[in-house]
This record gives sequence, structure tokens and C-alpha cells, in this order.
Amino acid sequence: MQNVLQYLPQLLGAAFKYTIPIAVISFVIGIVIALITALIRISNKRGVMLVVKAIFRFYVWIFRTTPLLVQLFIVYFGLPYLKIAGIAPDGIKLVPFTAGILTFSLNTGAYCSETIRAAIIAIPKGQWEAASTLGMTRRQALQRIILPQALRTSVPPLANSFISLVKDTSLAASITIIELFEVSQQIAAANFQPLLMYSLVALIYAVFCTVLTFIQGYLEKITSRYTIA
Amino acid sequence: MLKLTNINKTFGDHHALKDINVTFNEHATTVILGPSGSGKSTLLRSLNFLEQPESGLYDFDGTILDLNKPVADKDIFRIRRETEMVFQNYNLFPHLTIVKNITEGPVQVLKQNKATATEKAHELLAKVGLAGNENKFPSQLSGGQAQRVAIARSLAMDPKYILLDEPTSALDPELELEVLKVLVEIAKEKRSMIIVTHNMAFAQKIADKIIFVENGEILFDGSKETFFHSDNQRINDFISAMTFTDI
Ligand SMILES: Nc1ncnc2c1ncn2[C@@H]1O[C@H](COP(=O)(O)OP(=O)(O)OP(=O)(O)O)[C@@H](O)[C@H]1O
Ligand SMILES: [Mg+2]
Repeated sequence: MQNVLQYLPQLLGAAFKYTIPIAVISFVIGIVIALITALIRISNKRGVMLVVKAIFRFYVWIFRTTPLLVQLFIVYFGLPYLKIAGIAPDGIKLVPFTAGILTFSLNTGAYCSETIRAAIIAIPKGQWEAASTLGMTRRQALQRIILPQALRTSVPPLANSFISLVKDTSLAASITIIELFEVSQQIAAANFQPLLMYSLVALIYAVFCTVLTFIQGYLEKITSRYTIA
Repeated sequence: MLKLTNINKTFGDHHALKDINVTFNEHATTVILGPSGSGKSTLLRSLNFLEQPESGLYDFDGTILDLNKPVADKDIFRIRRETEMVFQNYNLFPHLTIVKNITEGPVQVLKQNKATATEKAHELLAKVGLAGNENKFPSQLSGGQAQRVAIARSLAMDPKYILLDEPTSALDPELELEVLKVLVEIAKEKRSMIIVTHNMAFAQKIADKIIFVENGEILFDGSKETFFHSDNQRINDFISAMTFTDI
């Protein structure tokens, strides 16, 4: 046990250098993508917007129906073979970190857009009508009345998505990112202690995610304050 | 003056409003009565475009809109600014405090400055008997209080017309009374109100004019004296049915 714990600094180093930054950056970008996607998908505009909506619907569909690991492989190993004359004649080559961030952001964005869209749709019609009768435009109603409520109800499921993302970053090992899980694999290969090493890394993920559930609980409490009778 | 000419509204194959012709006068309280499903809400909601009739003319204070054609957004916004709907289930904004519920429209839509709007909101809350509740959230109010906030919210927009769709039918009788009293006070100020209600005693007290709707058609349009002493069999049946259930 003692000799496994000596690797803790190395593991935590990898966690703070890659695992946490990848999770946080991807989640922030993912939320922005999710919000834009949700707003486009609930738009009631016609014309060219119908095409845009179809494109975003396709995006969400493809990322929710394929494995994250396969998505990572396509972006990192596959895109270099996508040769587009004039734009990327030699294929699209991304460094592992960028490929990871891109894939995780798009993946989280797809899931979170569904969360946000569902929360918007769940706001009672009466809220839209009350905003309308005050003379608000659709945009004002969304900004001032609908989204503030929808985002509050989205907090628990979005926090769940973030916790999943933290664990999913372990897949980045497969595209040569030296993150937490990759480091534990390297050490296990050298010290022949796979059970202890992987248990230790599991414990580290568990601690991170437990901290996140506490933060989630706190966020839920402050955002639901107004509904407490 | 609001005037509807040959208004028609259908939901699928249900003809909810059939060639409606009606005028709502300014500075008067009009009460709309009629059995459930007769089209009262549809009529009221058409007045501020929460429903959009398929045909007819809508004369809003001299601006005549042809509902056979798509109505321009700017006309809809103008009309909504001057007509406020009070809903049966209040539809207060749950994420905003009471005072913010009231100032939201004036600040965002009328572009009033916050301090002025807040001061006005305090006055209106006092007027509906809710001074001291400014910083509560809607979930902390009783139904009767919530509806009075909704009334204050509509008054804050200083609309020409206030439209109320069964404002008290979600309330227990004693809470209903506190809301009705507020409405009677507002009616005395000679604002223009159009109220859908099932409460006959209230209708009799507050109405300057009564409209009786049945089956998407207007069967009566006149003074309350005539209505409550009508010799029309259908109207008498309705009144006795309604007052009987009230007992
Ligand atoms: N959005 C809608 N979709 C389909 N049918 C509707 C819709 N709104 C109203 N209707 C129908 O139109 C008719 C008139 O409805 P409306 O709500 O105007 O009646 P009402 O007189 O207000 O009834 P109540 O006293 O029960 O509120 C009813 O038959 C109703 O089922
Ligand atoms: Mg109704």
C-alpha cells in the first residue's frame, strides 16, 4: 500500500494538468454550444432557419447515438484523412489536447442542449402568455422570463452531465493524452500492481466527483430558493 | 373603444367564435357571461392576440386591423401594451420578487426608469392591500394575494383596457372576496375592464354592460338591468342554473 501511495503526487499532477482542465474547458464550451443549440431548436422562425434547425438536430442526434470513444477516434485518428481541397489539403490534424477538448465539448453540448431544451419546453405556457400580455417580444420573454427559470431547473441535470464528463475524460487516454488514467496505466505497467493502481485512480475520481455533488447540492439550494414556500 | 366585426375563430373543426360583432366601450366595465366552453376565453384572448381569429375586423381605438391577413408584429405589440390580461391562475413570474413582477413590464417594455417603476409598484401594492410584501416571492403568497399582485402588475402598465379571465375561480370564497373588492374599487375609477366571470352576484354589482355568449355566438349584449330581468328563456335558465350552484 505504502509503495502505491508514493505515486499519488504523480497522479494528482496529471489530474490537475489534464483531467480537470479538459473537463472544465470542455464543459464551459459545451454549455455555450448547448444554449445556442437549444435556442435554435426552439425557434419558431421559418425560411432558412428550418435548414439551420435541421443541421443542429442532426448534430445532436449523431453525438447522442454514437459512443464517445468512437467520436474521439474519428476526430483524432480519422480527421487527418479528411482532405478538403483549398481548406485542408493535407487533412485535419489536431494535437491530442485540442482533439479531446473538441470532442468532449461537442458531446457534452449535444446532451446539455437536450437538457436545456426540455427545461424551456417545460415552462408553463402561462409564463409566455404573461410576458406577451405585458408587450414583451419573444426575445425579451426568453431572456427575462423563460430562460432564468429554465436554467434553474437545468442545474441538477447539467451538474450530472459535468460529473459524467469528469469521468469520461479518462477516455482521452486512448488518444495519447497523458491524463490521470493514462498515467495510472503507465505506472501499473511498470510496477505490476494493477489492482492497487487502478483502485487508487478510481478513488481519486470518486473524490473529485463527490466534491462536485456537494457543489451541485449547494447550487440546487441557492437556485431553488424562490420556490420554497 | 374596441370593436370586433364578423370575427371567426376555429380550433381544428370546432367553430369557437361565430361571426362575432361586439363593441367594448371605454371607461366601462363589461362582463362576459356564458356556459362553460361557450367561447368566453377565446373572445377575451382574441382582444390581445393571445388567440388570433382567422377572419373579421378589429377596430382598436380607430386603428382597424383586417384579421383575414397576417397582423403586423408592431400592431400586436401596440395593442398588447394597451391591453393587459389577468389570468385565472395568475401566471406570476416565480423567479422574481413581487415588486419585480410588477416593475418588469414598465422597465423592460415601457422603458421606465427603475426607481420610478419601483415607487409606482409600492403604491399599487398598497392599493391592492399588499403593502409590506414587496420582497416576497410568488410562492409565498396565498391565491388571493397572488391574484391581487397580478392585478397590480397589469395596472402598472397603465393599460387602456384590463382583460380578466375568471380572475377568482381558482380561489376559495373568502379569498375570492378580497380580490372582488379590489376589482370593484378599480371599476369605480372608470377604467375600462372586460371581465369573464361565473360569479353572478359580482357581475350584477360591477357590470355596466353584460355580454352573454353561448356556443360561440353572442345571445345578449346590453345593460345588466335588462339581462337580469330578461324574458329570454335561455338567459333565465342560465341565471337560475348559475345562482342555484352558488347557493
Ligand atoms: N387551444 C385550443 N385548442 C382546441 N380547442 C380549444 C382551444 N381553446 C379553446 N378550445 C375550445 O373552444 C371552445 C371555447 O373555449 P373557451 O375556452 O373560449 O370557452 P369558455 O367559455 O372560456 O369556457 P370556460 O367557462 O370553461 O372557461 C371550447 O369548446 C374549447 O374546448
Ligand atoms: Mg374560459
